[in-house]
Amino acid sequence: MMATTNIEHVKKKSVFVGLLAVLSAMISRPSGLLGLALVVFHIVLAIVSPAIAPYDFKDVNAQIILNTPSYEHWFGTDSLGRDVLTRTMLGGRQALFVTTIATVLAIAWGGLLGVLLGLVGGRLDELLMRIVDAFLCLPWILVLLLIVVMVGSESGVLILTLGFFYGIPVIRMARAATHDVVARDFVTAAQARGESRSTIVWRELVPNVLDVLLVEGAMRWSWMLLAFSSLSFLGFGIAPPTPDWGLMISNSLSIMALAPWTALAPVVALSSLIIGINLSADALAKAVGIDRAQRAPV
Amino acid sequence: MVKLIARRLALGVLTIVLVSGIIFVGVQALPGDSCTAYLGRAAQGKRLENCRRDFGLERPVLARYIEWTLGAVRGDFGVSLKGKKPISETVGTRFRNTVILGITASILGVPLAILLGIIAALWRDRLPDLWVSTTAIFAMTIPEFVSSTVLILIFSVWLGWLPGIVITRPDAPLFEFLSDIILPIVVLAFVMTAHILRMVRTSVIDVLASDYVQMAQLKGVPYWQMVFKHVLPNALLPTINLVALTIAWLLGGTLVIEVVFNYPGLGRLMVQAIFFRDLAMVQAIALILATLYIALNLFADLLTLVANPRLRTMRSS
Amino acid sequence: MYESLVQVKNLGIGFTSQTELVIPILRNIDLPISEGETIGLVGESGCGKSTLVLAMMGYLKSGLRVLEGESQFRGRNVFDMDKKTLEEIRGGELALIPQNAGQSLTPSARVGRQIDESVKLHTDFSKKQRHERIIELLSQVRLPQPQELMKRYPHELSGGQQQRVAIAMALAGEPDVLLLDEPTTGLDVTTQAHILELLRDLATETGTAMVYVSHDLGAIARVSDRIAVMYAGELVLEGSARQVLKRPAHPYARGLLLSIPRLKEAVVPASMPGLPPPPGGASQGCAFADRCPMTEQLCRDKRPTLEPTAVQELVRCHFFERVEQLPLPEPPKRPDRPNLDEVNNILRFDNVAITYAKPSIVDQILNRQPDVTPTVDKIDLTICRGETVGLVGESGSGKSTILRSIAGLWPPKSGTITYDEAENLNTSVAERAKDLLRCIQLIFQNPDASLNPRHTVAEILAQPLKLYFGLGGDELRERSVILLERVRLRANYLERLPGQLSGGEKQRVAVARAFAAEPELVLCDEVTSALDVSVQAAVLHLLTQLQVDHGTTYIFVSHDLAVVRALADRVAVLYQGRLCEMGPSESVYRSPSHPYTEVLLGAVLEPDPDAELVLAAEDAVDLFPPAKGCPFHRRCPRHVGDICGNETPPWQPTEFGHAIRCHIPLGELRDMQYQSITTH
Repeated sequence: MMATTNIEHVKKKSVFVGLLAVLSAMISRPSGLLGLALVVFHIVLAIVSPAIAPYDFKDVNAQIILNTPSYEHWFGTDSLGRDVLTRTMLGGRQALFVTTIATVLAIAWGGLLGVLLGLVGGRLDELLMRIVDAFLCLPWILVLLLIVVMVGSESGVLILTLGFFYGIPVIRMARAATHDVVARDFVTAAQARGESRSTIVWRELVPNVLDVLLVEGAMRWSWMLLAFSSLSFLGFGIAPPTPDWGLMISNSLSIMALAPWTALAPVVALSSLIIGINLSADALAKAVGIDRAQRAPV
Repeated sequence: MVKLIARRLALGVLTIVLVSGIIFVGVQALPGDSCTAYLGRAAQGKRLENCRRDFGLERPVLARYIEWTLGAVRGDFGVSLKGKKPISETVGTRFRNTVILGITASILGVPLAILLGIIAALWRDRLPDLWVSTTAIFAMTIPEFVSSTVLILIFSVWLGWLPGIVITRPDAPLFEFLSDIILPIVVLAFVMTAHILRMVRTSVIDVLASDYVQMAQLKGVPYWQMVFKHVLPNALLPTINLVALTIAWLLGGTLVIEVVFNYPGLGRLMVQAIFFRDLAMVQAIALILATLYIALNLFADLLTLVANPRLRTMRSS
Repeated sequence: MYESLVQVKNLGIGFTSQTELVIPILRNIDLPISEGETIGLVGESGCGKSTLVLAMMGYLKSGLRVLEGESQFRGRNVFDMDKKTLEEIRGGELALIPQNAGQSLTPSARVGRQIDESVKLHTDFSKKQRHERIIELLSQVRLPQPQELMKRYPHELSGGQQQRVAIAMALAGEPDVLLLDEPTTGLDVTTQAHILELLRDLATETGTAMVYVSHDLGAIARVSDRIAVMYAGELVLEGSARQVLKRPAHPYARGLLLSIPRLKEAVVPASMPGLPPPPGGASQGCAFADRCPMTEQLCRDKRPTLEPTAVQELVRCHFFERVEQLPLPEPPKRPDRPNLDEVNNILRFDNVAITYAKPSIVDQILNRQPDVTPTVDKIDLTICRGETVGLVGESGSGKSTILRSIAGLWPPKSGTITYDEAENLNTSVAERAKDLLRCIQLIFQNPDASLNPRHTVAEILAQPLKLYFGLGGDELRERSVILLERVRLRANYLERLPGQLSGGEKQRVAVARAFAAEPELVLCDEVTSALDVSVQAAVLHLLTQLQVDHGTTYIFVSHDLAVVRALADRVAVLYQGRLCEMGPSESVYRSPSHPYTEVLLGAVLEPDPDAELVLAAEDAVDLFPPAKGCPFHRRCPRHVGDICGNETPPWQPTEFGHAIRCHIPLGELRDMQYQSITTH
């Protein structure tokens, strides 16, 4: 009974157990299970698709343009004779790569600043919140477009831009969550004990703000995917010939009457990923005990 | 209470000023300026200098900012580099068109959303809710260009009922206009409805679980009277703000719809302006859209202030 | 035998868990309620009393269903009635007064309209008649200026006013039976007393039957003719109020009564070991078997049924005849009273004033302090090492503020707090040495809020150990186990999260955390107010034990005078942040008393059917302290004249270190109070 286990060991175990509990709560409902399955599927697909795609996405073949789906080409071919299946399988790679990193960036910087502001308060807080509010008034897509056009559309630029702008609403949220937690007695207890500022932030505050941030992160991810694909749809995103769902849909608009499969495949792919993320975010929110639908998109 | 309203108005004005500053500084911070963008590869040497002098780009930033804002207040945004036309002219009609799109979609979408949200909440987890909620999730998560594409596919290509792109002139009379733009309105309304519906549903569900609704039932209040007198006033009030925010946010994103349907609105103008590096136009549009957003927010806040008895008669604590 | 208005017949209610088990919340409830009688339904949290009361109206919270039996109103099963009939009865012949009136009144509608809704639903009055009826109802519940009050919104009223409105709303339909679900929880002591008296008077005036649900036996004693005791979803005892309170026939009821602190005795009440079983956790035997002092094998094998006793009670116990012979528990050892003459002060307050006001923008620019009346003022107090000082007062008395100041969370505006005659405590936490911080520890009221929900018990205990003693690794773990043992929790609690513990267990962890620092002074901020009575007794035991072992000094803040009586050596009474009376507990609880102390003592609800309430003052609420004079002068029933409002009353010492702050000379005060007692 008196096993000499370290307190640190106990702590790690409790975090792991916590995560497992959340995950199992998520998959207990059918919508959560579906959502998680879709997300995992897409991530795995993005990773392995170069290895398993049947054709090269660049392969142009003037002989087989706009072929209907057939045995050789399960999803048919597009206007340049490229295999639609291959391009659809690969079409999410850039999107997932950019948006995943950007989401982590957004949550990290927005969360950190929000928590800091929530703690510090005072005039700096007031001033910065006014600026944050002003930023939130800007039409997001205009800003994104402008930066992409003027600076360039490389992954790096996209990641930084998306990460920066989508981090701004996170500041508000993290700040509000911080205000909530700081008012609770266990934080007062820690203050009365004389714990250092950093201990209070990292040990008392962050674990309780983290779940709010996680749910927010899931939401942000889906908005970023939307933004990313909107950008590439408008022609301002990833440059061809790299396949991308948004770009594919855009190209297919004019020929939709003739070849609906060129639109259908990327539409289903993109939609299923976004729906998967949303369902997962909902399930995560319920598992962690937050009501997330009550907030406006930004 | 007057004090509260005044404070809120002042805050709105302050935000507009801040936004204008951000926009201006942001545009200046971008690599290159109007002239390099406009002249493209020819942007060097004497031509560049002359261009800059013509447009007064050599003057200090603050002076240009003040001139710009003062002009903006009067409605004069300067001249577009591209066509050398005054920006306010071009923007004027396009602005009107986008607003028409937004207003018709809202008139269609908001009442529908409220109704559906209430229905979904009252029949929670049963068939009506499942239908409504699932459709809403789809509408919310599928990008607008996708839903536009799908709708064009169905109604324009396969059924041939409605025009897929708008070919009416930008300044055509209203009625003709409206019948041509049914599809874009539907798409925007669809997305709007989905977002608002979800919020209304959550709010109503929350209120249905509250102590005072339970009390009303235990007082013997019949179901529908309880819904109308106890549930709805308390559920809808907090959503006013969110609804306004959603509308404002969605308006910022109408440009995708405008591009797909070739709709002559502010969004499409924006894309063109960015594409042609017409920075003065971009600045102007950004300011207009931001002001619209702030105005909508302000309206929502004031409406909430007036309608919420708790805010009206706050006791000093 | 007359017909019962309400008859609960073998009612069982429960739900189906996720693992497909049927979990009962209520079992075999038989309860008749006749015209004009008041039944008190007593039990601690989780016993199912709220569910029962709602079931009498045919209302079940979502997820619950009737497993067996029925609940009849005028002979008809409410669960068989159609919607329309139920709507007619609810709010009409059968009305509910809810627990938290503030949350049970619709925030978007004016109070008058909500009462009007009830009147309209259950009578045929015309508009004009309805208006008159509303005024009549509001007056009946003793609310002043009904015309004006009608137009207000719920959030504009005080807690007591909201509760009265809820009562008025329930009376609108002229009910035959009133169901009251903990109607005075959360209200101030004096407000509670007033509402109880109102209810008693209403019962007599209107002849309405009442079912009064509460965990507070004092309140129940005040209003009930008969009492029914519930435990783990069952009725375990039912009889006349006098019988149940004076000679309870069930060991649980007996244990419950014994765990209530009394005003007359400075004794920590006895506590029952263990916890009630969780819903569905009761085995085939008696639900109380694990905790009962006279359990036998039969108790564990066979569940007892309700049996009548010789004095027309019903008891659920195999051996109820033996209950009377059970020995009275030993009171716990009290620490030796410290010698008050020796200069052994641990804490001294010198004319301390504390204020919450923040400087406004204007003040900040002009760099001046806001000129407001301080929240807490003129505190002069000396506390000796090893003693327990009780700080008593209602909400707004500033008692928590004082604790926060001592802890360094909110330094005083003026005056000095001195620790151990050496350290100045006018500093904030950041300015204090770690050792000083270690010596002074704070325990909070609500353990749900004071323990980080994401930390295990081990982590919670580790923090003070690491901070003050730099412990780590094995040593840390060993110390944590010792700490848990001291608060009577097993070592396996280390890995649990607060969400997995009961209220009492959480509070024990909070106590363990405070004592981990090996403090000299422990500040207890209403630490038992959120706990059930029997759990409260256990925590009080614990605190006393720790004090005996370690010689700790306690400052015990509470609004509950009986709890303070059990624990404190000396008591200070506060009103609106100013001291009214101070001295050894026997003196304070005895005449002569400050008029406010008199009011508080008169409002204490003892679980004694013979105890009378003495309602001296109105239950008005003072929002802020007056600028000058005695803080109580606006409500004082013994107000003598302008002097009360203009001059600060002087300290009048009696013998033995007891002093009262009043303008009235002590002799007069004593005579007046003696008269009041004898005339009641």
